Amino acid sequence: MSPFLLFLLLLALSVAGYFIGQYKALDLAKKAGGTIHLHSRPAYYGALTALWCCLPAFFMFLLWLGFEQSIVTSLMIADLPPEVRSLPPERLNLLVNDIQSLASGNIVSGEVTRQMRVAAAHYVSLQEIGTMITSVIVLFAAAAGMLMVHRHIKPELRARNQVEKVVTGVLIVCSTIAIFTTIGIVLSILYEAVRFFRQVPVADFLFGLEWSPQMAIREDQVGSSGAFGAVPVFAGTILISAIAMMVAAPIGLMSAVFLSEYADKRLRAVAKPLLEILAGVPTVVYGFFAALVVAPMIRNSGAHIGIDVSSESALAAGLVMGVMIIPFVSSLSDDVINAVPQSLRDGAYSVGATRSETIKHVLVPAALPGIVGGLLLAVSRAIGETMIVVMAAGLSANLTANPLQAVTTVTVQIVTLLVGDQEFDSPKTLAAFALGLVLFIGTLFLNIIALTVVRKYRERYE
Amino acid sequence: MQEVLKKKSGENRALAPRESRKTIGNINVQNPRMVCRNVNVFYDEKQAIRNVSIDIGRNEVLAMIGPSGCGKSTFLRCLNRMNDTIDSCHVTGEILFDGKNIYDASVDVVPLRAQIGMVFQKPNPFPKSIYENVAWAPKIHGIVESKSDADEIVESSLQKAGLWEEVKDRLDQPGTGLSGGQQQRLCIARAIAVSPEVILMDEPCSALDPIATAKIEDLIEELRTQYTIAIVTHSMQQASRVSQRTAFFHLGDLIEVGSTETIFTKPSHQLTEDYITGRYG
Repeated sequence: MSPFLLFLLLLALSVAGYFIGQYKALDLAKKAGGTIHLHSRPAYYGALTALWCCLPAFFMFLLWLGFEQSIVTSLMIADLPPEVRSLPPERLNLLVNDIQSLASGNIVSGEVTRQMRVAAAHYVSLQEIGTMITSVIVLFAAAAGMLMVHRHIKPELRARNQVEKVVTGVLIVCSTIAIFTTIGIVLSILYEAVRFFRQVPVADFLFGLEWSPQMAIREDQVGSSGAFGAVPVFAGTILISAIAMMVAAPIGLMSAVFLSEYADKRLRAVAKPLLEILAGVPTVVYGFFAALVVAPMIRNSGAHIGIDVSSESALAAGLVMGVMIIPFVSSLSDDVINAVPQSLRDGAYSVGATRSETIKHVLVPAALPGIVGGLLLAVSRAIGETMIVVMAAGLSANLTANPLQAVTTVTVQIVTLLVGDQEFDSPKTLAAFALGLVLFIGTLFLNIIALTVVRKYRERYE
Repeated sequence: MQEVLKKKSGENRALAPRESRKTIGNINVQNPRMVCRNVNVFYDEKQAIRNVSIDIGRNEVLAMIGPSGCGKSTFLRCLNRMNDTIDSCHVTGEILFDGKNIYDASVDVVPLRAQIGMVFQKPNPFPKSIYENVAWAPKIHGIVESKSDADEIVESSLQKAGLWEEVKDRLDQPGTGLSGGQQQRLCIARAIAVSPEVILMDEPCSALDPIATAKIEDLIEELRTQYTIAIVTHSMQQASRVSQRTAFFHLGDLIEVGSTETIFTKPSHQLTEDYITGRYG
């Protein structure tokens, strides 16, 4: 029985369990003189039955999925002829891989011997038996759980409390998934980054001023030995993000103030969704807009006034990125300014404050936590943005504060490092992980700062 | 009060019938602070106030009572044009303040609202420190220029609002951290910091406990010597305690107006009597 079929069967059993449990509860209620005599509503008895039916069985199922491979493989190895089993571990491993490939119909590395065919057939049959046994166990567990609860259903059974306990558990598991995923990502990046730092000193990476990750692929190749100073890359990220924020923060905030305080309702109803459409434009589209329209425009206008502008410039990427993140700032800020209670506006107007005084001194301070949140979201979008930079700002890692030159950013470098044809343990590839790690730490600090700001104002103003 | 009324009803007073919607009682006072004539208020098509005419005298407390939805709050908010912030609302008629119609196109609402302050039903201190809550309005109006001026105004306003002793050691704490009654007195201090001439109060005690209410009522009594006060209240006891004149509103009409004593002991309109005796409303 395939795992999918088993899963469906389990689901069907649970649904049946629900109705059986509910039916029994209703039956008991009828005898006792109405559902009021039950401790919980009948649906809870059904839910409890369904949970007992599916959860233990599901855990069995997961356990099998987790251990299936190793159990079946070791059983198969145990049945191989002794002369094969006495092979050195690497050879044996290779052989087992081949047998597994053969069993699943994939391409086999070496020659297929009769012995291997026999082993593969044995492997397949072992697998089938295993799946069979699991199916039986799982279904048995489901039926047993269902029957057990069914027997326990009495009017005084506290079904609601038990169901709620299980639901709480499910909620806890869901909320920890994100945390564990983050930890997993950090650990995997950390692991690769440590490998990188074994080859390139940390200080060279963090404070080096030259970034040129090209490595010689072969010993005899003429080429650079690679320079992994990350400062120009991070400087590029900061430069472009700063330009983007210089565009997005004032325009976004002003439009939020306009939308929430000055615009009349009909205009707001049209303008706000329109602004939010900006956030829905794919970044690739922004990228070619930056590369094909904005960059040449900047270059031409620079040429007019006699300034040399490179055709790929930080300014072009930053400007377009700024436009892209305007909706993050404006939409969120508009929401939080709108959420400031009308009573505060009334209070300010009632002492004769003008609209602008009210906005500057009462509404914006009251909405500050939300506004900071919006700005931070925008910054993290700016730092993480790749496509626009690839297309409009170029790949050359110049260490410059001049927005008219080509620069590159961390994310762009990560992409170019990983799409290369280097082997995976070369410093060039591993550098991507080191960049990712530093970027992660940077944004982490940014978030901590933001949370502190938000908390400080929460304490004062709530 | 019930007994008094029972005794009075023995006198065979002729009450105006329920159907009569014309204002009974003397709407005029000597030397009024504000004069309202034929005020109508509309929310879009719906009329919330019909032809209300009333004077508000100097140094008196005018209480406005009436069942919920009778328009008393709407009328109060007309007196300093707070209704301007509601798009659908428009006002006709005249409200004269210092002989000038405040709805005249030439009137600037900003200084007007500084002269006619307001205290709201729910305490609404700004998300600022206690000090800033009081000092902010004088600052934006340029009433204070130096730090010492501001200190002085903050102290005197909080003194007048009866809050100084309780908060003088923590002026830099957020105003929102005070108790409900203290917050409401802070809002009163905020309103008097700009030296208004009239203070409008929209059910200022409805969110407060009896002790805080008593404090505010004492405060209103004191403030009367310097300011003109119009107060909307749901508590008839409060109206009878704090006000000199009382106006009874019903479904957008001003039904009866007169001295508080007369309204509460010898009402002339059937609706007024029904309301104050608790037979309805």
